[in-house]
Amino acid sequence: MAQTSAQAAQAETEELTSDELLVEEVSIDGMCGVY
Amino acid sequence: MSTEFDLDRPWRVDPRVSMRPEPFGALLYHFGTRRLSFLKNQRVLAVVRALDDHPSARAACAAAGVPQAELPAYARALSALAQSSMISERTRV
Amino acid sequence: MTLPGKLTDLFQLGLDAPICLTWELTYACNLSCVHCLSSSGRRDPGELTTDECKRVIDTLERMQVFYVNIGGGEPTVRPDFWELVDYATAHQVGVKFSTNGVKITPAVAARLAASDYVDVQISLDGATAAVSDAVRGAGSHATALRAMSRLSDAGFRGFKLSVVMTRHNISQLDAFKAIADRFGAQLRLTRLRPSGRGADVWHDLHPTADQQRSLYDWLVAHGEQVLTGDSFFHLSAYGAALPGLNLCGAGRVVCLIDPVGDVYACPFAIHENFLAGNVRSPGGFESVWRTSSLFASLRKPDTGGACRSCGHYDSCRGGCMAAKFFTGLPLDGPDPECVQGHGSAALAAASPASPVPRPSVDHSHRTVPVTISRRRPPERDCDENPLAGFAASSS
Repeated sequence: MAQTSAQAAQAETEELTSDELLVEEVSIDGMCGVY
Repeated sequence: MSTEFDLDRPWRVDPRVSMRPEPFGALLYHFGTRRLSFLKNQRVLAVVRALDDHPSARAACAAAGVPQAELPAYARALSALAQSSMISERTRV
Repeated sequence: MTLPGKLTDLFQLGLDAPICLTWELTYACNLSCVHCLSSSGRRDPGELTTDECKRVIDTLERMQVFYVNIGGGEPTVRPDFWELVDYATAHQVGVKFSTNGVKITPAVAARLAASDYVDVQISLDGATAAVSDAVRGAGSHATALRAMSRLSDAGFRGFKLSVVMTRHNISQLDAFKAIADRFGAQLRLTRLRPSGRGADVWHDLHPTADQQRSLYDWLVAHGEQVLTGDSFFHLSAYGAALPGLNLCGAGRVVCLIDPVGDVYACPFAIHENFLAGNVRSPGGFESVWRTSSLFASLRKPDTGGACRSCGHYDSCRGGCMAAKFFTGLPLDGPDPECVQGHGSAALAAASPASPVPRPSVDHSHRTVPVTISRRRPPERDCDENPLAGFAASSS
């Protein structure tokens, strides 16, 4: 089914917003194998 | 609880942060807080690198080629970095 | 294009440089803790020189390793300890060091409090001297408390109080928290592994299944206030995951550099099976990290082996490689302390006659205090033959 460019842009936005954040944070103490 | 990120303010990376580019994006380590952040693509790394050279985060996003429709997602990413002290507002423009 | 999937999947495949690593600076130690993961006590004559250490730091700077956790043995007994700490921080490598506190004078405490780039971990294994000294030796509890008091008086907030959890101190969790709070420190609890001298005491000292459950509940209740070094990720199979990456970082995001420059996957895996190379070889540490065949095999995607059919595998990832190896269990099966009981079943099924792997290096002091179990003496001072005293085992 053909999409207009607006619909395509909307779909891409939805894809990005439903992804996890572009940034993820972890605790530096959370590395097993270091004292 | 997310704070509204102000795209129109000038921002900068905290001087205590070390940024390490990776094939997937980048790792950021804050020597003061000892927290590690993970940037999941090259474009968000480009935005973060551009912050200090632009009068606003919005301008930095434009310079990095962020499409208008994706701006909210990038604002959320920058907000997360601000909340963990990786970036902060610049006092001088 | 945004990287899909979880951070943990990415880290399992390995990075171009470690995020952080453990660096044991010396095998010399003023103590003889019964569970010492590195079997430390006596200095090795082949330890890296000051200059060699500085070359390693240059490499870590170039690779942008964010920080090193310096340990040993007791790292502060090296005469060049401060020179190396200063060199590291001047070269963009953060330093955290583990110590029993013996050299934390008021002057040292003041120096540490003034630096943003150096963190300290004081080791203590009992809230009372009776419990702690039984593992770490007479007077060690007092030394640790004195060090903490000095750090606190010097204004150092947030240094770490690091405890190895055992059968005898699980009942002291609240007391440990109180000690940390009293000195403005952050409590860190870590897992006992059957590594180094730990192999001799593990069966007597490791927490019981009930105690593991209490520990898990306590950790969940205390959230991010209490650190764990991600060493309890095998407990995530109980329910909600503990804070951290919840995966084995060995050879993927972290590793060990030992006092003679040997690079191992992990400080709990000091054994030739986990030896990736040596920093003195051409190409140095960078080449070992990037091209060692051991690390390449650790970075292959993990299929789970015998644990694959267990619904909890995604949480626990099959547990700790070192814990399995040194209890003689296969690496592609359950952790000896598997919360579902699969590990203890596997241990019970194993033949009592088959020997478990032993580390080939042992720098223990010649006379180790007999407390919990008898320690076999090392073969010879720093034998050149790495296999001296190592009984052949099927592994």
